[in-house]
Amino acid sequence: MQKIMVCIKRVVDYNVRVRVKPDESGVMLEGVKMSVNPFDEIALEEALRIKERGTNAEVLAVSIGVADTQQQLRTALAMGADRALLVQTDQPLDPLAAAHALLAIAKKENPDLVLLGKQAIDDDANQTGQMLAALWNRPQATYASKLAIDGTKATVTREVDAGLETIEVDLPAVVTVDLRLNEPRYVKLPDIMKAKKKPLDVIALDSLGVPSPVSFKIVKTEPPAQRQKGIMVKDVSELVDALKKKGLI
Amino acid sequence: MSKILILGEHDAKTLNPATHKCVTCAKAIPGSHITVLLLGADTAAVAAQAAAIQGVDEVVRIDRAENAHPLAASFAPQIAALATGYTHLFGPSTSFGKDLTPRVAALLGVPQVSDLMAVDGAYRFRRPIYAGNAIVTLEADPARILVATVRVASFEAAPSGGAATISSRTLDVSLPSHTRYVGVHTGATDRPDLQTAARVVSGGRALGSAENFKLLFDLASKIGAAVGASRAAVDAGYASNEMQVGQTGKIIAPQVYFAFGISGAIQHLTGIKDARTIVAVNKDPEAPIFEVADVGLVGDLFQVVPELSRLIGA
Ligand SMILES: Cc1cc2nc3c(=O)[nH]c(=O)nc-3n(C[C@H](O)[C@H](O)[C@H](O)COP(=O)(O)OP(=O)(O)OC[C@H]3O[C@@H](n4cnc5c(N)ncnc54)[C@H](O)[C@@H]3O)c2cc1C
Ligand SMILES: Nc1ncnc2c1ncn2[C@@H]1O[C@H](COP(=O)(O)O)[C@@H](O)[C@H]1O
Repeated sequence: MQKIMVCIKRVVDYNVRVRVKPDESGVMLEGVKMSVNPFDEIALEEALRIKERGTNAEVLAVSIGVADTQQQLRTALAMGADRALLVQTDQPLDPLAAAHALLAIAKKENPDLVLLGKQAIDDDANQTGQMLAALWNRPQATYASKLAIDGTKATVTREVDAGLETIEVDLPAVVTVDLRLNEPRYVKLPDIMKAKKKPLDVIALDSLGVPSPVSFKIVKTEPPAQRQKGIMVKDVSELVDALKKKGLI
Repeated sequence: MSKILILGEHDAKTLNPATHKCVTCAKAIPGSHITVLLLGADTAAVAAQAAAIQGVDEVVRIDRAENAHPLAASFAPQIAALATGYTHLFGPSTSFGKDLTPRVAALLGVPQVSDLMAVDGAYRFRRPIYAGNAIVTLEADPARILVATVRVASFEAAPSGGAATISSRTLDVSLPSHTRYVGVHTGATDRPDLQTAARVVSGGRALGSAENFKLLFDLASKIGAAVGASRAAVDAGYASNEMQVGQTGKIIAPQVYFAFGISGAIQHLTGIKDARTIVAVNKDPEAPIFEVADVGLVGDLFQVVPELSRLIGA
């Protein structure tokens, strides 16, 4: 295990309650707190643990996004990534476009393992890892809750609807991580200072020469339908009555 | 005409009801001709089930020993090879569909709509973003195949009563050996399945232990309900992974959902907002769960749940 590439997406912080713009053109992002996608923190934590377990692999954090994404990559460096790369663009990318850009980086960097989050909490797409694996013609192991590296292969436990599935993949492979893989470490102040000296390269998306894949047209963005306000009951017998009245028990 | 290919999900014995829901979604597209595709080692039994769904015109089987387990790396090239001529390709928004469908889309060189929740036209759809805080309407280019996962909680299962034709295909597609199935560990019980149950009893961090979750299992047995959990309860080890309800767990739409000791974080609520009735019991009157509950009770779950079990059992 020489090199692990971790994909980091800059997203609206998970504590922010996102609101739709009155003109239905999108969601309000001005002045909103931005963070590393929570699943990507888990991906990075896993890479760091594989490194610290003695493989000493280089951990490379990669993001495609606006110039300010450097903030999230600095966070990744402070957590312990060795090096970061920002593929800069002002265009919002859908997962297929992101996968094409990540493929170009993977081909340059030749990582043994690419770790991504299972989904970005902004678009909730859950696609990029699978698409990257397809384009790269490599194995995919999605929704990992356990990851064991053994020489040239990895054994991955996956969270599936039925329970936990285990598969074995040859490296290099693409793994997308689920919530229970690990608990990401906290960044300490000295780490933030140290991170300032670590290399963070910025290249333009255009310089990669990847095709700009077709996308969907977004017609409008609306708030979800609201549920009707319900009733409060005083005690359990009133609760039972209410359920009976609705024909639920 | 829209020629729609649906990726059928099954465990060799039973067709997953997610497939029936994809059929309902596909039927909402005007002038649709619907084909269910089944990959497996022996899909005879599930093909008969798929052919009996009302609205299905055709069932196509690809039986092959390597298809015994649904590995995306093996399934995707076969599906991509078969997809030519179809206008739409739908997979369910289950772990099976979410894993597989994007791999197919990328092989076909097209983007994907995830969690399609409403059909406004053959190439116009709605889907949720930001954990359901916003709904976008998307338009796709009719010149390309439209690949999507169908948000199963948004559609009713199509009824049976159909009689589609069944055919078998062999494909000359070589499969990778770089991905191997090892096994699966299920917490399988004879309880109703969380994703299709009409009633769900769910518990949060407040349960405090796996032991205490038994209170919920007792109540669930009384009313024939499945048991779910918040992420906090799963992370703490009180409940198993596959019980998690929410943005990153299961999105469900039961007739009635009971939330005991669940605060109602946005990530949890996104998993239950299609429930017909939400019943919440929480000792904090300010808990956000009460903003969405149809019936709310401020109280201690350790008192409420046993009493509820008793009164319902009586
Ligand atoms: C990226 C991401 C994805 C996530 N995905 C999910 C997801 O899919 N599903 C999910 O559920 N969460 C998810 N979460 C977590 C979510 O934000 C909340 O942390 C979680 O839902 C809280 O679980 P809880 O309500 O059980 O716990 P808490 O928020 O701690 O609430 C416990 C509640 O129990 C009440 N209580 C305490 N004692 C009693 C008692 N004796 N009787 C009655 N009430 C009592 C309290 O008043 C409180 O309201 C996600 C978070 C992130 C960041
Ligand atoms: N623009 C991006 N830059 C870096 N990584 C990304 C980007 N978009 C998606 N990813 C990765 O892909 C994962 C899944 O995203 P998505 O398919 O959008 O749900 C994320 O958790 C990231 O790891």
